[in-house]
Amino acid sequence: MSNRFLATPVRDPKSAIAVHDIPAQAPWSGLVRKGQSIRIIDLEGQQAVDTLFYRADDFSERYSSQDTLRVQGSAYVSTGTRLISSEGRLMATVTADTSGSHDTSAGACSCESNTARFGHHTKYQHACRENFLVAVMKHGMSKRDIVPNINFFMNVPVEPSGNLAIVDGVSKPGDYVEILAEMDLLCVISNCPQINNPCNGFNPTPIRVQIFAGADTQG
Amino acid sequence: MTVTPETQARMDEYRRRYEELKAAGQGQTPRVMPAPTQAGAVLLPPGPLKRETIPGGWYWTTRLLAGEALRIALMDAPAAVSLIAWNAADTSERINYADTVKIQWTAALSKGRVVFSDMGRVMFSIIEDTSGMHDALVGGSTPASNRKYAQGDAAEGAGLRNTRDNFILAAGKLGLDKRDIPPCLTFFAPVRTDEEGRFVWRDTPRAGGDFVDLRAEMDLLVALSNCPHPMDPNPDYAAGNVEAIRYWAPEPSFDDFCRTATREAARGFDNLAR
Repeated sequence: MSNRFLATPVRDPKSAIAVHDIPAQAPWSGLVRKGQSIRIIDLEGQQAVDTLFYRADDFSERYSSQDTLRVQGSAYVSTGTRLISSEGRLMATVTADTSGSHDTSAGACSCESNTARFGHHTKYQHACRENFLVAVMKHGMSKRDIVPNINFFMNVPVEPSGNLAIVDGVSKPGDYVEILAEMDLLCVISNCPQINNPCNGFNPTPIRVQIFAGADTQG
Repeated sequence: MTVTPETQARMDEYRRRYEELKAAGQGQTPRVMPAPTQAGAVLLPPGPLKRETIPGGWYWTTRLLAGEALRIALMDAPAAVSLIAWNAADTSERINYADTVKIQWTAALSKGRVVFSDMGRVMFSIIEDTSGMHDALVGGSTPASNRKYAQGDAAEGAGLRNTRDNFILAAGKLGLDKRDIPPCLTFFAPVRTDEEGRFVWRDTPRAGGDFVDLRAEMDLLVALSNCPHPMDPNPDYAAGNVEAIRYWAPEPSFDDFCRTATREAARGFDNLAR
């Protein structure tokens, strides 16, 4: 992580072609065209944003965490990370990151996995997989299309022993990541509702998504 | 962000509980994980149900009934075997590496650990394992990863076989399609991370006689791919033959290790009964 590069592109927020405020615990999905950038803003800090990408004209091609990790050769997502599809193609590139610790090893929470992790008293708590299901079914997909995702602003150190745990997030209020679409994409987000681990500071909060046009992407 | 005292108290209580679970999961696991199985130490019961030799580069599919086990054994040379699996009764339930590592607080799978589906239920118990060095994060080979080999640039279909395409074929033969292919686990691929989070290949010895035994905890469809792992530093595409043996696992005892070693696994077994 010593070579982490944090870039802060200069953008006028008013130049966004679309702005979506996503309440705490809620899902969102939307199209991001090739060349456009999507900025995900952690408005209050320490809020995990579970994110998936599908190729807009063929949903069977989707984000692949394992291909992304293999191509990158390391476990954490940050500026410069190339997001790779199940077909080995470049879907998007992370072009800005003011926070610096994002996960793609630990996937999304679900009611079912919560029971194994935290006990059966957590079964009827809202979870990311519920958000993903609602969002992908809106687009004609189903549970089998939900794959392990990226967790922006979720801090999951993977230790040399293999030990892995979600620890306190490092994002501050207003921190953001920006992702440049390298093909037309459907972006699916779950603003994580988890309250049983530190990924949301034990208190889920709202996020904001801005889409910027391609022409001025590089400023 | 301002929070009310009530909210803060709730947050503090959630944190306290999480720290307790984490300490139990990583430091004070109720039962210490067993040592690796000695190669040759565990003989198969007579009359295995099925023996299959998977040539280097190839794939194989099988069905496992709950209670059957699958032995994946290296034969004449080092090899790596990637695995995906589905619930035979509902293939929308499938292996989930992310849940497997997250629920068990570790990416290091070994004897005594279990493999979870996306529904919080245990699919496999790792009942024997001579190596303890497997990959859960990086995944199998692909057409792109094979380009590192001198022969890897050949036209599609004519080049070296890879795990991604093997799984497409395996899924197809089971009546599934590529939307059904989950990320995989790869046995005998000693991948870990360094202090910076970079993936490293720990060059632990792998040899004929190494094996892993996976007990099916539900009726399963299984696909195996015998291709070199993409991080294997060997400059040659070297894939030894692998033997896959299906047999009836010994009846689990009341204190079966995999079912009782951790609270997380025990709850994953509870979920099978729900």
